[in-house]
Amino acid sequence: MKCFDVLIIGAGIVGSAVARECALLGWRVGVIEGGTPAGAATAAGMGHVVVMDDSAAQLALTAFSRSLWRAESTKFPKSVEYEGRGTIWVAADEEEMAEVGTRQKVYEEAGIAASLLTAAELAKQEPNLRHGLAGGLLVPDDGVVYPPAAAAFYLAEAKRLGAEVFYARALSASHKQVRLSDGTELTADRIVLAVGTECDLLPALPIQKRKGHLIITDRYPNFLHHQLVELGYLKSAHKVTDDSVAFNIQPRQTGQLLLGSSRQYGNEQPEAEAEMLRRMIDRAKQYMPALEKLSVLRVWTGFRAATADKLPLIGPAAGLSEDSSLWLAAGFEGLGITNAPGAARLLVDGMLGRESAIDATSYLPIRLTEPARLAHA
Amino acid sequence: MPKLLSILINNVTCQVAPGTTVAAAMLLAQQPSRISVDGDPRVALCGMGICFECRAVVNGTSHRRTCQMLCEDNMTVETNS
Repeated sequence: MKCFDVLIIGAGIVGSAVARECALLGWRVGVIEGGTPAGAATAAGMGHVVVMDDSAAQLALTAFSRSLWRAESTKFPKSVEYEGRGTIWVAADEEEMAEVGTRQKVYEEAGIAASLLTAAELAKQEPNLRHGLAGGLLVPDDGVVYPPAAAAFYLAEAKRLGAEVFYARALSASHKQVRLSDGTELTADRIVLAVGTECDLLPALPIQKRKGHLIITDRYPNFLHHQLVELGYLKSAHKVTDDSVAFNIQPRQTGQLLLGSSRQYGNEQPEAEAEMLRRMIDRAKQYMPALEKLSVLRVWTGFRAATADKLPLIGPAAGLSEDSSLWLAAGFEGLGITNAPGAARLLVDGMLGRESAIDATSYLPIRLTEPARLAHA
Repeated sequence: MPKLLSILINNVTCQVAPGTTVAAAMLLAQQPSRISVDGDPRVALCGMGICFECRAVVNGTSHRRTCQMLCEDNMTVETNS
């Protein structure tokens, strides 16, 4: 039986980032992938590296993670397509513009560069937006990546540092033992579940699937310069019951445009739905009428791994499992790409008992266990 | 003999017979329909609307499948970059 210091189940962007972080310590690292590496949530997402501020803990983790992306941006291979495009949060009316002001202060206090754009400045930055919008908030240091290539880069780095990858399904993972579908048995001091939305290894994982649709167009270089997100995005992202759509568009290095977004609970069918796509396109055209003339190449769906408090599960599985060898890096909802490098750091800090760059307690899985929730009620 | 049509391909005036597809006109003029992501010139391949290699900018609209369009008098056609 092969022995490791750590076994990581799942070679999506989070598992791959964790694998590299562990391999950098000189640990014996094994990675287990039952499907295509980075082939599920990682491949389906937009790849927007973005600071989000809907809670202090989310702001801290996204800001920390974004700083890690930026620090490494010159080292990525070309395939990662990292670009510091910046985000513009678009305000449709004066009420949203007031929110932009509030938001800028929050960013400022957190040391995140963000500047107000008047209606005229917004129109100058993005001439294809319709006239009559109120303005926006430019967050210049946000970025765009191609997530599967970023995950492949992390995994290649881990392998270069000695990590071994097993292409088989993990049938069981507990008490330092992992059994694979090809009969292989492995052992490790720690097992990390970086499983996206797949909860069969630990059914107690408090994760729900949240379906999303994306649309990619043909190549239209210079049609768009920043990632644009409507300010109402947080409102729609927060709804936990109804299906919702929001205007969210990203320029790719190829000149293609990636258009989102939709959020649906309780729908686990992977089919693309014409009705959701129509709502997304209608919403987008309200902001960018010129989209009408562009050709769409492809649409697809994916599932975000959502938790009740919109924060990921990073740390020991204590509270969800009595198995002290089990660690979690899961439940990243729509921020798995952004938060992968930060989560990898926090998880390894936790394993070493080392202090982290940010307070990691908000992400500990134990907060979502039944006794903890009752204590907070 | 019917009157020839006059079209502008990458800023050069070309005369083609009525019934000529835009893709054929671009081939006659030896102009690529588009430039790939990696910078390679491309021309019509299947000629029946399936392969999308013949996309070009026609009258200002990009990514038109030129093998599915007939030339019209005074049409402007450009390589799609």
